[in-house]
Amino acid sequence: MLNQDPLKYRELAAKAVQDKQLHKALGKLRDKFGRNAVNLYNQLSPEHDPRQDAKAVRRKIVDNLDVVLETLSTNIQARGGHVHLADTGEDAVKYCLNVARRHEVSRVVKGKSMLSEEIHLNDALEAAGIETVETDLGEYIVQLKGEAPSHIIAPAIHYTREQVGELFAEKLGEPYTDDPPTLTAMARKALREKMLSADMGISGGNTACAETGHVTIVSNEGNIRMATTMPRVHIVLLGIEKIAATLEDHDILLRMLTRAAAGQKISTYVSYVGGPRLPGEPDGPEEFHLVLVDNGRSRILADPDFREVLHCVRCGGCLNVCPVYMAIGGHSYGSPYCGPIGAVFTPLTQGINTCHHLCQGETLCGACKQVCPVDNDLPRMLSLLRSKLADGDKRWDVRPQSLPTKLAFGAWSVVMRHRGLYDAMSLLAEFCQRFLPRKNGWIRRLPGPLGGWTRGRDFPPLAKKSFARRWARRDTTRRDA
Amino acid sequence: MTKPKRVTLFIQCIVDSCFPEVGEAMVKVLERQGLTLDYPPDQTCCGQPAFNAGYRDEAARLALHYLDVFEHAEVIVCPSGSCVNMVRHHYMELFAKDPRLLERAKRVAAKTFEFTEFLVDVLGVTDVGATWNGAVTYHDSCHLLRGLGVKDQPRALLSKVRGLTLVEMTRSDECCGFGGTFSAKYPEISEALLETKLTNIQATGTGAVVGCDMGCLMHMQGMIHRRELPISVHHIAEILAGEK
Repeated sequence: MLNQDPLKYRELAAKAVQDKQLHKALGKLRDKFGRNAVNLYNQLSPEHDPRQDAKAVRRKIVDNLDVVLETLSTNIQARGGHVHLADTGEDAVKYCLNVARRHEVSRVVKGKSMLSEEIHLNDALEAAGIETVETDLGEYIVQLKGEAPSHIIAPAIHYTREQVGELFAEKLGEPYTDDPPTLTAMARKALREKMLSADMGISGGNTACAETGHVTIVSNEGNIRMATTMPRVHIVLLGIEKIAATLEDHDILLRMLTRAAAGQKISTYVSYVGGPRLPGEPDGPEEFHLVLVDNGRSRILADPDFREVLHCVRCGGCLNVCPVYMAIGGHSYGSPYCGPIGAVFTPLTQGINTCHHLCQGETLCGACKQVCPVDNDLPRMLSLLRSKLADGDKRWDVRPQSLPTKLAFGAWSVVMRHRGLYDAMSLLAEFCQRFLPRKNGWIRRLPGPLGGWTRGRDFPPLAKKSFARRWARRDTTRRDA
Repeated sequence: MTKPKRVTLFIQCIVDSCFPEVGEAMVKVLERQGLTLDYPPDQTCCGQPAFNAGYRDEAARLALHYLDVFEHAEVIVCPSGSCVNMVRHHYMELFAKDPRLLERAKRVAAKTFEFTEFLVDVLGVTDVGATWNGAVTYHDSCHLLRGLGVKDQPRALLSKVRGLTLVEMTRSDECCGFGGTFSAKYPEISEALLETKLTNIQATGTGAVVGCDMGCLMHMQGMIHRRELPISVHHIAEILAGEK
């Protein structure tokens, strides 16, 4: 599903900006959730910004991640759960496959997990002959369609109900309808059969709490409860950073998470899992595994400039306000994490040169920072990633992206430091611009890399006399008078 | 701060070379407030284009130039939110590792103001005695709004302009898609954002948009001009200098 080809990004984006149906769907998301999140934060605490509390909590945890992880592991193991720390995605996948083989698993039901997308778990399970069924409605839809999720929280947001109706008619053999409750009932019927016969459940986690040794999963469909308690074995996949140290921290984060993600004070279901069924308990899995996945995260942790991105709670809120995401949709990003958070996180884990288009294909408008429940400064990190591309960075294995651009900015900075040179260049440019195609004075076509501007926009001509020259003349006139 | 008598102008590169009339409009408004104006002739650019493109060494050279030129000014006023945001916030990133330069940058940043912020917050003025007949809508530029927190000041100034009606557009705070070199590098995306913005402007029925940043306004005007749309574009200084 990963496609980090810069040309493909532009191509997909160019196609998506024409997609009216996509924009209709995303517009609803933006109007319903995007802007509402900030109002909900304010209601939570009118005196001060609750985002700052959440930020402080996240910072404290991420700065002490080793200790927090150890506490979490100890507490889960004490309850009879297994904990595995996976350095890489491949390692995590291998662990899941081994558990599945040991239990002779033939069917897996899954709760929504972006991390499983990140490590390509479904493909590996299917390749091993294990049927893997997504149980989140949105995930189920994209899985039936053979696509990747297009939003961190709302994976099938790019679909209209008519399209879902057609899909269900084709794949589930149900009569066509575009009535959402009927469609949901169809999915529920199909999924319930899978849940009842699955040998293993795999879910993600929204956060864990080290102090109590549990993983918290929010959902609005009830699928998590079934997928995590009915199968014999349950595996939770969790990024190493998605942990709260204490229950108090956990509550501060959970409160912000549901508000940011879905404009909810609390989600319909909150599931707490933390080990296998204990003697005397009526339900729960016989075996419980927590797989803590690093997959490039400790490299980010080691760099104080980017550590902040690990504060992210994966609410998807930044997508809902990002004008670029709204225009190009999630699939253009070619990565499970799209939108502003993806534009920072994906380059850091997949390679900054490979993913240069992700951090450069943004306007730095700052809407993501404003809505982020933990006040992550994503624009700062986007800008910093660009600086790595400009000059290269050994620590991140980044090669300088473009020598000509470097030289051009170098020359520009020399000119701009000398007003005389700047004026001379302006005069020259003012003279040369008359040879460019123009309409009513404005330039219709710019040469070279600036040509992108004039694809659909005219460019203003340089004035005959700059402000500086006008001012100088005014000064002279005044002195003479 | 105490109300200054003398103001030093920072006329950023775009206004200096492409829209000098905007600088002159700002001069008119400030002089009507009884201020004496200086214009250091060596000034050029704050360095933002290089900074946003990632070229920090080059941006730092320009930042240093800015400090040299404006160090001795009492107060500096600029008709652009994003340039002031560059000076106030990003200079600190550029000079983070050099305590001496950082100190200089902080001192200069503390006395650099965006035009409407200066009028309302420093001078305490909202009625500048302007007249403008017609309805307009206002675009919140990203760095002005989210970088400097300037949202109410331009609206307060516009509300006191005789003959002017302000009609708010849907999502006035959404980016127009300019984003510096982004606009030329990813034209498809940039234009899509701009189209949304222009649609929201047209829906107000005012036929005129006002803003505080020529970067955004030039971007809008570029497509308006190409498509011959019936929208006029004005920097707020031109409205506040208005006598019509």
